[in-house]
Amino acid sequence: MMKRPALPFIFLLATACPALAGEIWVSNEKDNTLSVIDIESLEVIRTIETGERPRGIIFAKDHSVLYICASDSDTVQVMDPETGKILHNLPSGEDPEQFSLHPDNRLLYIANEDDAITTVVDTVTRKVVAQISVGIEPEGMAVSPDGKMAITTSETTNMAHWIDTETQEIFSNTLVDQRPRHAEFTSDGRRLWVSSEIGGTVTVFNTEDQSEAAKINFEIKGISADRVQPVGIRITQDGKRAFVALGPSNHVAVVNAETFEVEKYILVGRRVWHLEMTPDEKQLFTTNGVSGDVTVIDAENLKAVKSIKVGRFPWGAAYRP
Amino acid sequence: MKKTLYGFLFIFAFILSGATQHPANASDVTKISIDYIARDFMLPPTLSNLDPFAADTGLQGAMLGIADSNTTGRFLDQDFKLRTIIIAEEEELADGLEKTGKLNGLIVTTLPAGDLTALSEMLDESAPEALVFNAGAADNSLRNAECIRNVLHTLPSWAMLSDALAQFALRKRWTEWLLLTGPDPDDRQFSSSLRQSAKKFGTKIVEDIEWDTNSDLRRNAHEEIPLLTNNSDYDLVAVTDRFGDFARYLPFNTFRPRPVIGSEGLQPVAWSRVVEQWGAAQLQSRFTEQAGRPMQAVDYAAWAAVRSIAEAAARTKSADPAVLRAYMLSDKFQLAAFKGRKMSFRDWNGQLRQPIPLVHSRAVVTTAPLDGFLHPVSEMDTLGFDRPLSKCEAFKK
Repeated sequence: MMKRPALPFIFLLATACPALAGEIWVSNEKDNTLSVIDIESLEVIRTIETGERPRGIIFAKDHSVLYICASDSDTVQVMDPETGKILHNLPSGEDPEQFSLHPDNRLLYIANEDDAITTVVDTVTRKVVAQISVGIEPEGMAVSPDGKMAITTSETTNMAHWIDTETQEIFSNTLVDQRPRHAEFTSDGRRLWVSSEIGGTVTVFNTEDQSEAAKINFEIKGISADRVQPVGIRITQDGKRAFVALGPSNHVAVVNAETFEVEKYILVGRRVWHLEMTPDEKQLFTTNGVSGDVTVIDAENLKAVKSIKVGRFPWGAAYRP
Repeated sequence: MKKTLYGFLFIFAFILSGATQHPANASDVTKISIDYIARDFMLPPTLSNLDPFAADTGLQGAMLGIADSNTTGRFLDQDFKLRTIIIAEEEELADGLEKTGKLNGLIVTTLPAGDLTALSEMLDESAPEALVFNAGAADNSLRNAECIRNVLHTLPSWAMLSDALAQFALRKRWTEWLLLTGPDPDDRQFSSSLRQSAKKFGTKIVEDIEWDTNSDLRRNAHEEIPLLTNNSDYDLVAVTDRFGDFARYLPFNTFRPRPVIGSEGLQPVAWSRVVEQWGAAQLQSRFTEQAGRPMQAVDYAAWAAVRSIAEAAARTKSADPAVLRAYMLSDKFQLAAFKGRKMSFRDWNGQLRQPIPLVHSRAVVTTAPLDGFLHPVSEMDTLGFDRPLSKCEAFKK
């Protein structure tokens, strides 16, 4: 019927049949854009403009809107992913960098990097619910699967701050190695993984009592230890395997999440930052800040299969059906 | 015209350092007091007054270090305080310190090498456990034969800076250098260090001249500089000019079209406002907000000194200088300090090992250690005095 495949048409198809297709949305920190990658063709199908310095991105649970930390615009933008239009802005506090959406699909926990504050915003009323003083340069943000606790990690204070989401107050602080960047709960909520970029380690905590369950070290042949800098983390739903992005070592570590042993290192693009998986956990996407591309990893065979050029300094990544 | 540096700063500094205090009522809060000692000095006259020296260089870095550390300290019941002591230009160090009463056991200074040695001798008598951080003197001797047991260095030595330049020049194959040395004693130290780096990395100084032109180069640089640089051929001009008196007139005025490195053109630095990678932008913006000017190398070194104290205090839960020193010199200590690699102290001479950005006024060109300069322990130890060649005895035990 159609002589040439028009992009909007493909796009309509894609959204109509979520089981067959999906997209990885990538924020390009130094281009003020998002690149949208089709997970089947593994090509960039859309490029969308955003506010200044987009970093953390996250979809609402029903994928109806995309939240974007536009760090230098000091706001969280709410985008209609269909049209790419900004619907409105949320008050985010200064310099929002990373955030996490509460399981209630309503509260956003935002790390304000320049302000040593975690801001809690109600996405419905568009009001700030709470601001919590944390350490210097808060960055990593995670909310537990049961929604009872939130974690902020602060880069210069070198701590994970444990926040009670009922009182919006810190109930515990745990020191980790230098420059914590990212926090990630296991799907059962029993463990919390925190990466320390300069320390070169990942600390795993038991969430029940905030005790340390393990500390993971990384060693890549031929790469100086201080270039191995863990940032992004993804843990599979069954809690058996974790992927850790190792920054300027240009590798992603595959970790046995039960024994905490590193099983493999996969070579990706330069300065790998954050990771996103498809829901079937067959594909892993990595944002590579310096080389300006995204590496696609076959997450079953643990092999890099393609690199996709995106914008300058790709930072965050989020899946959308 | 002479400019005195600190003048009115006294009161200002006390107010600001007071402002970083926390209301610590609880009795289980550990107070950690740090003394900051600097010497006021007269700047020599320079041809151009485009880039004024900030009177509070160093102090602002230490103050930011205190503010940063108190944010962490709040969660650990540790409260950091800074006391500022400025020695007047003509004053003997001992006289200046007498007025302040007993010194704290943790001291950050930007004092010149002579004062630093005098300070450590005084402390040997009165407070042998005291720990001093040198954030102001780049002297190689302090990291080598004349090292002092209780002095750690957060400012890079001249040798680290000149080695960084040599690595870059070698990578570029700019192996023949014309070296131009300024009149300040620091210029001679930097030049001497450049000569050693040339030997260490196998580059060659084809001409070695001292700056002695008295004319006003703002008017006739285009005539003077070519005459000075028209002898043998060279790949680059290395210049040492601590106060930025004449070196600024070298670029584009040399007889041959050659790059300028050293105190002008491509400069090796502990820090510069153009450093923005690895989260540095955050540190820069915190500093600029506080100080109203960009962060300088000495500010950075003073900040790193306070942060080292705080980091060691957080991990050891102690404020005892001897405990902190032992921890800092152990392989457990690590400091994240916005230059892309974790930093630590060399246990053979107390120098903070750190990357050296090579910058021009508008951007970072690259950062040493450069890829390919390998080392069995840490690539950062390709810069400065490495363990096997160290003549420092005071750290051996």
